[in-house]
Amino acid sequence: MSQAILREIIDYAHRADPYPLYEELRKTPVSHEGDGPYVISTYYEIQSLLHDPRISSDARNLKRTGDDPLGQGAEEETALPPSFLRLDPPDHDRLRRMTNRPFGPPHSPHKVHDMLGELDGIVTGLIDRIAATGSFGHVDLVDQFAYPFPVSVICRLLGVPPEDEPRFHVWAEAIAASLDPDPDADPSERGKNSADARMELGMYLAGLIEERRRNPGDDMLSQLANADGPDGSMTTMEALSTSALLLIAGHETTVNLITNGMLTLLRHPDVLARLREDPALSVPIVEELLRFEPPVQLIPHRTTLADIEVAGVSIPKGASLWLILASGNRDPKRFPDPDRFDPDREDIQHLGLGSGIHSCFGAPLARQEAQLALSELARRLENPRLLQDPPPYRQNAVLRGPRHLPIACDGVRP
Amino acid sequence: MSGDGTLEHLRRDGRIVVVGASLAGLRAAETMREKGFAGSLTMIGDEPYEPYDRPPLSKQVLLGKATAEHTALPRRREIDAEWRLGVPATGLDMAARRVRLGNGDEVEYDRLLIATGVRARPWPNEEEGALGGVFVLRTRDDGAALERALSAGPRRVLVIGAGFTGSEIASACRERGLPVTVAERGAAPLVGALGGVIGEVAAGMHRENGVDLRTGVMVTGLEGDPSGRVRAAHLSDGETIEADVVVVSLGAQRNTEWLSGSGLGAGPRGIACDAGCRAFDVRGIVTDDIFVAGDVARSPHALFGYQFLSLEHWGNAVAQAETAAHNMLSESVDRLPHLWVPGFWSSQFGVNIKSVGVPPMGTEIMITQGSRDERRFAAVYGYQGRVIAAVTFDNCRWLPFYQRQIETGAPFPVPFETVDRRPEGHKPMSADFPDPSVPTHGPTITLSGYSPADRKMTFIPAHH
Repeated sequence: MSQAILREIIDYAHRADPYPLYEELRKTPVSHEGDGPYVISTYYEIQSLLHDPRISSDARNLKRTGDDPLGQGAEEETALPPSFLRLDPPDHDRLRRMTNRPFGPPHSPHKVHDMLGELDGIVTGLIDRIAATGSFGHVDLVDQFAYPFPVSVICRLLGVPPEDEPRFHVWAEAIAASLDPDPDADPSERGKNSADARMELGMYLAGLIEERRRNPGDDMLSQLANADGPDGSMTTMEALSTSALLLIAGHETTVNLITNGMLTLLRHPDVLARLREDPALSVPIVEELLRFEPPVQLIPHRTTLADIEVAGVSIPKGASLWLILASGNRDPKRFPDPDRFDPDREDIQHLGLGSGIHSCFGAPLARQEAQLALSELARRLENPRLLQDPPPYRQNAVLRGPRHLPIACDGVRP
Repeated sequence: MSGDGTLEHLRRDGRIVVVGASLAGLRAAETMREKGFAGSLTMIGDEPYEPYDRPPLSKQVLLGKATAEHTALPRRREIDAEWRLGVPATGLDMAARRVRLGNGDEVEYDRLLIATGVRARPWPNEEEGALGGVFVLRTRDDGAALERALSAGPRRVLVIGAGFTGSEIASACRERGLPVTVAERGAAPLVGALGGVIGEVAAGMHRENGVDLRTGVMVTGLEGDPSGRVRAAHLSDGETIEADVVVVSLGAQRNTEWLSGSGLGAGPRGIACDAGCRAFDVRGIVTDDIFVAGDVARSPHALFGYQFLSLEHWGNAVAQAETAAHNMLSESVDRLPHLWVPGFWSSQFGVNIKSVGVPPMGTEIMITQGSRDERRFAAVYGYQGRVIAAVTFDNCRWLPFYQRQIETGAPFPVPFETVDRRPEGHKPMSADFPDPSVPTHGPTITLSGYSPADRKMTFIPAHH
């Protein structure tokens, strides 16, 4: 058995609280067993690898001798070409630049800010709907709020018809599940499910993109499909894989940030009370959440282009790396008293959104969504309390978060 | 003074005077208060304004996107200081521990921090420099005046000197659609700071953005019209450039004249201090009560052969100010060395340029990522078989890696593969720095001096 560490990390038994395991892992900043991946668990080592140009995100650089349960993920890319998440410069830089053009500075500096009113409308609508049910004894914050909110946002941003949501919800789940390293699952079965989902999502988006090429709107899908900036235009396949990436990332990450956020606040009622009085506190709260309970726990897809040394360990060229962001975020060498949730920390350069060229593309939007969601939930829910602690978690160890968050409250303020 | 309570007394009731109320002075004052200094704090500044930020002056302010009046530095905390603004320090009596001010006042200190920075080097011909339409850019007032001149829609702007500031000014002019000529004595823009290999890229950026770039030429004279406004400039190659706005961007001069004759080791190259920010006197003996920080300081750096470095860098000013403030309030064993790795950034023609280390020390250069043709790349400078500096164009996220390479004395040529290595990046080239004895616009880093342990250490006497 060569992969005790990996099995431990993905063992569902650790899902509700993986942090004691990470603490154990940090005793060996670089762990490696057999021919599996090198697991990096300490802050400074992860941080420097994220900025290291000898590290590739392109699966084609992986030397295929390893027994990496995520290695198969790469082969699933057959239905769609790799998105920029899994590319190196210059291809990564070009696609990310083109995607950023309609989304962020310098070309669209107000885009995210200008969405605030729209986000506020969605949040208000969802909380009003909870109020309208009148059953405050059992509210599932995932199904009734944390999932539909970012999904509505990403659909509007991309210009995907919201009525199609039930269809691509299934595909997004299947693709996200393929990120989940389960060495005991039948890889060919898993690969097939994900490849099928990719194929269907690809076909679905291809239809939309074709339509937006004929009738462009002011949504991002139209802007990606019709890009004509200094970097030229995207091929149909590039536009497909990019929009699929945004759609899945918009589905599977912010939901966990919001859910982990409410869970953490309900476990720290003093902070929740402060937030209710002062919505501006949502800014440091979300940063501390990204450190304390990051929605992306680890980055499993990095490869060495050269023999490198990390914390005294030699890692050969072509090796696979797992960077355990959530463990680095709890490294006491970086953050004093790391297991304490403390929104008043001043020094909070967490790894929750990654770092370096692959740092979270949607970060400004995710931050704004989470800040708004948490401050509004804090303001409007009367006396909210957890019904189940810990709540039931999703299977996924990489994109970790509760499947449901059952709470009760006394009512909903207007 | 250890163990006799002097330090405790200083922290409680001492008098600290900071000369220079800009970035370094402010951050030092804030750090002192943060560390519990409860005595009196006096901030002396020759400009009438509270501390403001200079980088925007050559960028957003010139584009009219921000006004010079709105560049005040954000405060980290209250500093409860007595502000003496709009009055320059004119002298120092080291024995009596007194700073003399331009209005005749004298201020006594127990600890003195000198952070008087630099000023723009003026046009050498005073009469020509006084013509209407001739500008320098260093202060808030400079920025506001130049912005007004640019908004008036001049027929042509001439920028003399293509260092970082000159290039940023040219970039702003082009962004505003103004015709601009840049005259540079060296072979290319930025050549003093980054060498010829990178200078060539910068030259391409100028030309592609419609700058009329003239290299290898000097401006020999400025000509005014009868009303006393500049109308043309004469070049060493015999050409005449008609321009109604001329910006003199020939680097900086250190503000040390006020220390002339004081006995402090101050001169045109700055104020020499040790790695703990304590000033040297003219005899080469370190003082106990006078500290230096920011652009005006030059101090030995262990990573770079203990050469005395003067760094006109924003980040250096902050870091050195924090170290100086700490050391001013510490026992000698608790003092910290200023070991900041040099680094700066610039933004011009839509490209973000960032550097770490000391590029002018480099003899060779390798393009380790990306390509110069695309103006997106990372380049590494080598000196005596090790990595000494790096620069990125629109690639700054990789820079922390290269900084670590510099800090650990990693080997050069770079022996490993990197993402996005192009064929041109596999072998080192000469970094192509100009002969330092030929003056250009003044690089942002000047190298001088020897190890503090070297008995042959000499200082330029203060004469101006």
